[in-house]
Amino acid sequence: MEHIELFFKSVFIDNMVFATFLGMCSYLAVSKKVSTAIGLGAAVTFVLAITVPLNWLLDQYILQDGALAWLHESLIDYDLSFLSFIMFIATIATMVQLVEIIVEKFSPSLYNSLGIFLPLIAVNCAILGGSLFMQSREIASIQLATTYGIGSGFGFFLAILAIAAIREKIRYSSVPGPLRGLGITFIITGLMAIGFMSFGGMLTGGDEAPKEILVQNDESEKVSVKEDEQEEIVYEINNDIN
Amino acid sequence: MGILSKKDRQLITDPLSDNNPITVQVLGICSALAITAELEASVVMSVSVLFVMGVGNVVISMIRNIVPSKIRIIVQLTVIATLVIIVDLVLKAYAYELSKTLSVFIGLIITNCIIMGRFEAFALGNGLWRSFLDGIGNAFGYAVILIIVGFFRELLGSGTLWGIPILGDPIDKTFLYAFGYENNGFMLLSPMALIVVGIIIWVQRARSKHLIEE
Repeated sequence: MEHIELFFKSVFIDNMVFATFLGMCSYLAVSKKVSTAIGLGAAVTFVLAITVPLNWLLDQYILQDGALAWLHESLIDYDLSFLSFIMFIATIATMVQLVEIIVEKFSPSLYNSLGIFLPLIAVNCAILGGSLFMQSREIASIQLATTYGIGSGFGFFLAILAIAAIREKIRYSSVPGPLRGLGITFIITGLMAIGFMSFGGMLTGGDEAPKEILVQNDESEKVSVKEDEQEEIVYEINNDIN
Repeated sequence: MGILSKKDRQLITDPLSDNNPITVQVLGICSALAITAELEASVVMSVSVLFVMGVGNVVISMIRNIVPSKIRIIVQLTVIATLVIIVDLVLKAYAYELSKTLSVFIGLIITNCIIMGRFEAFALGNGLWRSFLDGIGNAFGYAVILIIVGFFRELLGSGTLWGIPILGDPIDKTFLYAFGYENNGFMLLSPMALIVVGIIIWVQRARSKHLIEE
């Protein structure tokens, strides 16, 4: 249950692209065609699923305050968390290289479809962002960290697929000259992000409640949450217009 | 301008307009959007990037002939990460509240494509002084956009600039609020940053037509 919740949270509510604007650069650069967008999305998901749990281990056993205690009791006072940036990025860069070599050796067809995107990924903010958010949100176990990695990767996949599909279609519409290309993509992404904000109410409440009550109120709770959400958005949009 | 030759001056002025890192080169968008709800955060972020880019470009330019090109990415990442750790520690020491607001986004300067992009495109092939100028020029171009976005979002969203009320007091209904003006809370939400940047791109391209894409 915990895993499903975290997965949906990282796909919809804390979506990498729409909620935190990570991975924006490659999101904008590689979203001109659906086929390349799928390649990059898959590669990001893959790398996030590997690096987040790996960095979780690093964080837990080396970097955190007092994490070195498992080595020797005298090391309990050490706090290496200031090194986390450099450790995380080193892990990511190494893992990306390693994944590239392994994929090339064992699955040339996968390499051909993912290959060109893998070096791009080492410097993708979404990957480092995944690890940094994992650290700052204090994710409790390595299983949860894996779920979080896969979830946020899938969120990125979804976002880049959606914008690529829209950009393929928008070529046939008459966008004002100066907005063509980059400008309109920004504005569409903004509107999509506003749309994704409506997922914010998806997981409110009900976590701690006993099961019987949950079952009874299930329908009404869902409806009321939805209505609240809609009202809020309508209110905000009205505000905007006024 | 006796100190800088014409070519050198272009390195600084081009990124401010026709070769802007954000609106034309599309680099470094990630951090530009997430932290611009307040002017103060935008300025601090710009200064951090200015420092990392200026110093980083010089370092990369210095070691460009020693480092084999196969491992250059990881060398560049190490250089940036070290500089970013310095920025992060300084911010934590002198502006703790602000470093909490910026949270992971200081760390994400490491993967800010604007830095890697300029390393690859310029510092690897040019001398010290020109790389330095290119670094600060692009950081200024980045700062300009960040500050414009931060200015409008804070002014329209909460009616303040740098935390100081500009449009009057919304509770006591003074100044502009006396005429029924309301803050647009929508501007504080992160999606509006995208739309504001979109509008900046629109204005810029409407003014200089050669940037328009087909």
